[in-house]
Amino acid sequence: MPAATQKAYVCASDRVPEGGRLVVDIGDATIGIFRFEGNLYAYHNICAHQGGPVCQGTLIPRVTEKIDAGGESQGFDFDRSSLHIVCPWHGFEYDIKTGEHPGRRAARLIRVPVEENHDGIYVTL
Amino acid sequence: MADTKTLNGVSAAREHAVQQITTRTDSREILANARRDIERYHLDDYFIVDVDAHHVEFDSWADILDTLENPVLRYNAKEMTKHWPNAKNLAFSNHPVGLTFQDVFGRIPHQAELGEYVEKTDEHRDLTLVRRAMDSMGIKMQVVFPQPMLEMGLHPEPDIVVAMTFAYNRWFTRTILPREKRVKSLLCLPFHDPDACMKTIQEFGEIPGVVGFMITSQRHVGVHKNMYMRIYRELEERGLPLAFHAGPSWGDTMTTTMNRFVSVHSMSFVTCNMTHMTNWIINGLPERFPKLKVIWIESGLAWVPFMMQRLDHEYLMRQSDAPLLKRLPSEYIADMYFTSQPLEVTIPHMLEATFKAVRAETQLLYSSDWPHWDFDVPARIAGLPFLTEQAKRNILGETARKLFRL
Repeated sequence: MPAATQKAYVCASDRVPEGGRLVVDIGDATIGIFRFEGNLYAYHNICAHQGGPVCQGTLIPRVTEKIDAGGESQGFDFDRSSLHIVCPWHGFEYDIKTGEHPGRRAARLIRVPVEENHDGIYVTL
Repeated sequence: MADTKTLNGVSAAREHAVQQITTRTDSREILANARRDIERYHLDDYFIVDVDAHHVEFDSWADILDTLENPVLRYNAKEMTKHWPNAKNLAFSNHPVGLTFQDVFGRIPHQAELGEYVEKTDEHRDLTLVRRAMDSMGIKMQVVFPQPMLEMGLHPEPDIVVAMTFAYNRWFTRTILPREKRVKSLLCLPFHDPDACMKTIQEFGEIPGVVGFMITSQRHVGVHKNMYMRIYRELEERGLPLAFHAGPSWGDTMTTTMNRFVSVHSMSFVTCNMTHMTNWIINGLPERFPKLKVIWIESGLAWVPFMMQRLDHEYLMRQSDAPLLKRLPSEYIADMYFTSQPLEVTIPHMLEATFKAVRAETQLLYSSDWPHWDFDVPARIAGLPFLTEQAKRNILGETARKLFRL
């Protein structure tokens, strides 16, 4: 793995489309880079649960449950303002924006600083 | 990837070969992060025995049906596979709809299928998959179970259960077991029929790699009934352990009230073994068969301290209900064996207390349950901060080595 705080070029901007991801290897590290609502997020490919390859999982909006004024359930829905990455080992879900499990915020992914310049996307490791 | 720039001498990023893990992904790629654990925890220095893993017998269903001994049942099953579009890999099974919920609707692909490429050779595909999983997790030996066959305890037709259990056991001990010494089995007993259980033990009990026998726990029978005693006696005399392998049910009086699979799985994988353990203890079976080693598989561990406290509490007030007992129920339970998966770890001090209660250092057996959705890698045990080095070694494999004489 490169020494700490070194910046590494990853790819051209169009390699990470809106709502999508690019998983890359940099030295010994595997990093997932995601774009959601125009912003980039990057995490190590290590789930907080058992170390699974979380960045290689399903991207899916957060599931919510609609409750009416009387407290009755009106069923499931997708919250498309919240995108989740799901670890394929065991299903732990993380909010792409925060890297946190919505039910246990202490369960969080290891964030990697990511930035975008005129020539593409960089991460700092 | 075309972009290969470097910055300040830092190596460039390379696009990872697998962007998203699917049912077609090679299990060595799925488990690549487990391979990193081998180095991190020096797992190569351990003798790791996985006491609960699975192969997918539905992939070989036609061959298993061919092994059915009764010509009419064999004909019926094969005809079913010909005429019903979806019966090719299901005929005569008791595959419940709930099992297809296990992959959380595509989120955990390896639960649904290990559909990866395997080069066609003389070796059975399942052996290749089992070896890939073992090698990726640093496992030396694996006790391999089927999957939907574990649902046979709730099958409505006992004759089919008995026939299919013999067919599966014969297929497995002829096709899989002799080909790989690292694979072991606790073979299914056709528990609907005590005579058939005795025949099973006699036919398979001395086959290399058969390290004991197993009752699938989802069934509505009392394991203390007199008709089963000769089975336990036979196993005790042969020195073969008896395992109870838990499973799910969405059809009992409790789970039929439930609307989510997480509820059903959380409860029914445990309550089936709670029921059998209660009958086992209260009816004094540990006193009747003191040398018979009993293993409880795939219920996790959190239920065990509850059972110890609850049964002790009630027993002391109602000793006459359980006159065979000479000790507290918790003391009998402490002599039993348990597999570790799924290890409930969210409250560390309770986990540590649970390990003490079950006497983990001598009674706990590591299990992965691969390729199921809630599998545990060996690092689950190797990374526990409160265990001694010897305790880790025992749980990961040394206790299994003694128990199964490996």
